Amino acid sequence: MDLFEYQAKELFEAHGVPVLRGIVATTPEQARAAAEELAAPLLVVKAQVKTGGRGKAGGVKLARSPQEAQDRAAEILGLDIKGHTVRAVMVTEGADIAEEYYFSLLLDRANRNYLAMCSVEGGMDIETLAVERPEALAKVAVDPLVGLDRAKADEVVAAAGFAEADRAEVARVLVQLGEVYRASDATLVEVNPLVKTVDGRIIALDGKVTLDANASFRHPDWTAYADEAIDDPLEVRAREKNLNYVKLDGSVGIIGNGAGLVMSTLDVVAKAGADLPGSPRPANFLDIGGGASAEVMANGLEIILSDDQVQSVFVNVFGGITACSEVARGIIDALAILGDKATKPIVVRLDGNAVEIGRHMLQEASHPLVSLEDTMDAAARKAAELAVAAE
Amino acid sequence: MSIWLGQDSRVIVQGMTGSEGSKHTARMIAFGTQVVGGVTPGKGGTAVTFEERPVPVFDSVAAAKQATGANVSVIFVPARFTKAAVIEAVDAGLDLAVVITEGVPVADTAEFFDYARTNGTTRLIGPNCPGLISPGQSNVGIIPGNIAGPGKIGLVSKSGTLTYQMMYELRDIGFSTAVGIGGDPIIGTTHIDALAAFEDDPETAAVVLIGEIGGDAEERAADFVRQHMTKPVVGYVAGFTAPEGKTMGHAGAIVTGSAGTAQAKKEALEAAGVRVGTTPSETARLMREIVSAL
Repeated sequence: MDLFEYQAKELFEAHGVPVLRGIVATTPEQARAAAEELAAPLLVVKAQVKTGGRGKAGGVKLARSPQEAQDRAAEILGLDIKGHTVRAVMVTEGADIAEEYYFSLLLDRANRNYLAMCSVEGGMDIETLAVERPEALAKVAVDPLVGLDRAKADEVVAAAGFAEADRAEVARVLVQLGEVYRASDATLVEVNPLVKTVDGRIIALDGKVTLDANASFRHPDWTAYADEAIDDPLEVRAREKNLNYVKLDGSVGIIGNGAGLVMSTLDVVAKAGADLPGSPRPANFLDIGGGASAEVMANGLEIILSDDQVQSVFVNVFGGITACSEVARGIIDALAILGDKATKPIVVRLDGNAVEIGRHMLQEASHPLVSLEDTMDAAARKAAELAVAAE
Repeated sequence: MSIWLGQDSRVIVQGMTGSEGSKHTARMIAFGTQVVGGVTPGKGGTAVTFEERPVPVFDSVAAAKQATGANVSVIFVPARFTKAAVIEAVDAGLDLAVVITEGVPVADTAEFFDYARTNGTTRLIGPNCPGLISPGQSNVGIIPGNIAGPGKIGLVSKSGTLTYQMMYELRDIGFSTAVGIGGDPIIGTTHIDALAAFEDDPETAAVVLIGEIGGDAEERAADFVRQHMTKPVVGYVAGFTAPEGKTMGHAGAIVTGSAGTAQAKKEALEAAGVRVGTTPSETARLMREIVSAL
């Protein structure tokens, strides 16, 4: 779960990390009011989007008066930055920057611990720095049980090559950022740039924080981070039904159990469709999960059949905990509810737990839209062909 | 033979009295797994009856081990209690703890893994995994016991249902052990750990490695295969057409050194001499060719 910069800044402030004053605005008028309140000679208007590269995309601009802040906000609000529409800006004080640094603390999957990365050459694109001058980017492993304590922070600033005079203050801020990471169940805390001002203060000028959704049970306040931006309407409906659904742009609807098998099903359908006219592709990802009931199956099928782009549906289930009989009942129930509204052919492949009962139920029901196939490959082929035929 | 789990494994179930725990304990016992006890704090001294046989419940893993000689634990406790449950298993000195629970905060996993690495010798598998099965011997977790019988293929997979699918595709040959390692960002046992164990297992002749998008575990496994494996490995990677997932930001991409795409993983595996199928059935065909030539 990624946070907006202003949300990251709030977490930083709560843990004592020095930041500049800033106010969020969703209209140019609010930006003007924010600038008036900040009453600073130099202001920065920054797009709030959950992606990098906003400076290059025109999402960060300077302003020297409330009127300028309003004008810049009007330019930035509504911008499309790498597919993200700017719905809010943050107006902050400007800073007199003497030096720019980089710091991040993140989960290191490969080594199964945490990694602190730090450089005295901040501000630039950190990926470029890592490739072109890896010696300028210090990487220090952090034990999860210990965290980024003062001793480790001292090690990081020494490895990064900070000037002696700055080390103590930077290390102090790093410990606070480590506290943000630990207390917030983050998997990433990144500050680029971390700056030293002309008057010698260390300040986090930007902040990127990713939280671990699995930890939400111990952070009731995270509901405030729920993204209000509306996604695809089908995805919204699927979320209401607690279904793991992602809309894609093809014509073959997919339902399966288990993320791995569903991803595999998408691949097999894309492969089967590749040499057919129009190359039909998967219309969605939908994982009904382990031990799914008939109701879950029916909900999933209803959502897929209400996607206008869908021309055929492939239900691919390997019953481990999930009983194929439940899957069959879900298909039959959903078709009964939908009645004449269901018009797309459904290809079903079942194996595993209670497969004989499930297949038998579907044969008994002998719904004109439903056909059974024995293998995943044959079913994918058939679903792709049916999608072509319907176009 | 098999890896990590055999007919002599004595298994306790942490969380056996919960709904998931009791359901799967019944399935494990029906398979023939030696389930010697359960652990639920506060319910020590009671018992749960499966197939007319009472299985004793203990307050702690240490007590369960002392009374039953258990060496393996399978953990079904809710996510918020998982870290404490794993640490208990490590402290009791078990050989293996298999964490089925999904939704464990990754900081908890990082901490219990750090704890196990520092303070004990217990192998951890999972979390968020289906467990492992040595057909004909023992089954710990939630893998259906009747998909395939014993044989000479070893299998290691991030994905549960793809494990089932691949076992089904290769049921004519059978398996020494199939291990579902789980797809969480931090897992106790990796593809590499399983490859190394299969390499050393005399009953395993060839290995199927199943991966999926995200991270760079498959790329690292490819390096391991190139450097250490003498047995043939067949690979399958899911997610060629999957939408781009959440990125961890710039910093994450630096750590993995890979885009984490299915294509990158396939290429890394092939460069290490692993034959990679584009579908589960093609992967099974490749394995069948290799096994028949052995």
